[in-house]
Amino acid sequence: MLAFLGRRMIAAMIVMVAFSFVVFFLVQLPPGDFADVWAASRAAQGDTVTPDEVENIREAFGLNRPFVIQYADWMFSLLQGDLGFSFEFQKPVAHVLAERLPLTLAISFAALVIIYVVGVPLGIYSAVRQHKMVDYSATFIGYFGLATPNFLLALILVYLAQRWFGLSAGGIFSPEYLGQPWSWGKFWDMLSHLVIPVLVLGSAGTAAQVRTMRATMLDELSKPYVRAALATGKSPWQVVLKYPTRVAIIPIVSTLGWELTLVISGAPIVGIVLSLPDMGPVFLQSLIGQDMALAGVILLIYYLLVVIGTLISDLLLFWLDPRIRAGVESK
Amino acid sequence: MTAAADLSRRQLAWRAFRSNRLAFFSLCLLVLLVFVSLFAEFFAPYTPQERNRAYTDGAPMGITFTNADGGLSLAPMVVARVTERDPDTLRRVTVADPGERWPIEFFTRGESYSWFGLFDSDIHFFGVADGGYLHLFGTDRLGRDIFSRTLYAFRTSLSIGLASVVAAFVLGITVGGIAGYLGGFVDAAIMRVIEFLQSIPTLPLWLTVAAAVPREWTALQVYLVMTLILAMIGWTTLARRVRSRIIAMHSDEHILAARLGGNRPVRVFRKHMLPAFTGYLIVDLTLAFSTIVLAETALSFLGLGLREPVVSLGVLMLPAQSIAAIILTPWYLIPGFFVVAVVLLLNFIGDGVRDAADPSGY
Repeated sequence: MLAFLGRRMIAAMIVMVAFSFVVFFLVQLPPGDFADVWAASRAAQGDTVTPDEVENIREAFGLNRPFVIQYADWMFSLLQGDLGFSFEFQKPVAHVLAERLPLTLAISFAALVIIYVVGVPLGIYSAVRQHKMVDYSATFIGYFGLATPNFLLALILVYLAQRWFGLSAGGIFSPEYLGQPWSWGKFWDMLSHLVIPVLVLGSAGTAAQVRTMRATMLDELSKPYVRAALATGKSPWQVVLKYPTRVAIIPIVSTLGWELTLVISGAPIVGIVLSLPDMGPVFLQSLIGQDMALAGVILLIYYLLVVIGTLISDLLLFWLDPRIRAGVESK
Repeated sequence: MTAAADLSRRQLAWRAFRSNRLAFFSLCLLVLLVFVSLFAEFFAPYTPQERNRAYTDGAPMGITFTNADGGLSLAPMVVARVTERDPDTLRRVTVADPGERWPIEFFTRGESYSWFGLFDSDIHFFGVADGGYLHLFGTDRLGRDIFSRTLYAFRTSLSIGLASVVAAFVLGITVGGIAGYLGGFVDAAIMRVIEFLQSIPTLPLWLTVAAAVPREWTALQVYLVMTLILAMIGWTTLARRVRSRIIAMHSDEHILAARLGGNRPVRVFRKHMLPAFTGYLIVDLTLAFSTIVLAETALSFLGLGLREPVVSLGVLMLPAQSIAAIILTPWYLIPGFFVVAVVLLLNFIGDGVRDAADPSGY
């Protein structure tokens, strides 16, 4: 068990290093460097900047060193907790993100929970009741869930929420609670604002889960062991939940990391469209302003979440699938 | 009906596809949509940049078959609009005038256009006579007709999707082919890279790449770069599919025979392996196509993809980013339903092809 955990941890570390390399490459990608940006901002204020000064800045910040050295330097300062400085917000990156990270985490986590809590039972149910009303509607909705871009779904839900329920979507608090101390009313208000983002983020994933779960369940249900279990006289649902579900859930768990990837992929857009105070709008603003120090760190955080998700799914699989456990222990 | 034995494989597959009603209907609908958007200049009543200053941010105008006096008529019409001053705020407002109708005419003359530089004309499929106007999907803030712009945008979105899919296809087949054919270390290395790319949340990544595109580039340069970026999103699944099929086929007798016959690897791959999994590839291609269309829309919607004056479905929805815009002018979202439609149609077609390509179904 420990050896397995250790190997997975090392693999995760390697992937993370690869990620960080890609991110640093992207951070460096736009033409011009910090010295040029600095020169441009000085020039915009009306100061004259000589080429020597620019060269001095470049020297002082080590911008003319080889790529790999700069990367090592960047990684080293990141590991020490120095995330860099954001030109766009004129604040250290850590300050920009500190208030926004928790909300991103909360929304992504809630969306994941929805995906599994809704997707898995619905998949089981449509497999057992194949070609019935629920099955057809689930398949139909599933197609739409996969085909609708997240942002369009968010926009439509905002429109409907406003039209039918008078909900002021956007942000996480209604105007009357802004700047108020915490109370139950404010808490409820926040929850009602989080419904749309979580639904939107979860939609595509839920649709995919229903599809996978339904397909694997259908495979399992036709196998002889299910009939044998039914023949013992247990109630059908007891049999379904006890035997085939346990097998069919394995592919679901093994794609948890991948599912998290999808959620993280959609998160920025949903945040932007619904103007949530999470990392999404900041990410877009940093990209449009080519503030790559900030964008890079946000990208790294997204990737870190994915790596952690993959690690968790590996551990769950180890616990759930006896074949993997046996494979590890026999080595 | 001809006996199955007399038909070629392709004819059999086509027959199986035809009998799948949903897939066949989707294909017909998609062909129709593509045809209409291909001749957008003709089918759209206006050109994409033409402005109607009398009807800015105007709501969609419905087609009616009732006369001003309430009687039915066979010819389609729209309710006329009049512009007047609001007595309180003195702002110009445009309201429907139930007492008047603008009849819709076919093959009318409007703004002149040039179809891909091949021929010039000013005949549009439909429109209303001078003095009136017709905006089926409403107008945007500058008074440009959203229906016409949607037709043009549909063409742009499909063309960039098609270009990217072709690029992804070439990349996927080459890389997947090399990995599967050579095997060993090369295969392992390529597969690790693909797994790595697939485990990355793609959208933030390509957003970042798109953001690095210099602002001063021309629309055409942006278009080409976007094609490449979008191709990067789609190629990995294709490469994996090609590789796994080749590995599965490696020990087949017909491949061995082809190799012993003195064919070179590229020829063995092209003539003896590729035809055996074309069906699966088409399925993956349709799916990749729909992912790419979705990605293009999302990127352009955020302002990081294509930019005006190029109109794509995402560009059209760019003004719908603010919540106020959605509540006041919900018709900005109409182009989005075309995205949903394309993706759905492609998925249905893909499912149909998968079933049709499976020989056990004949």
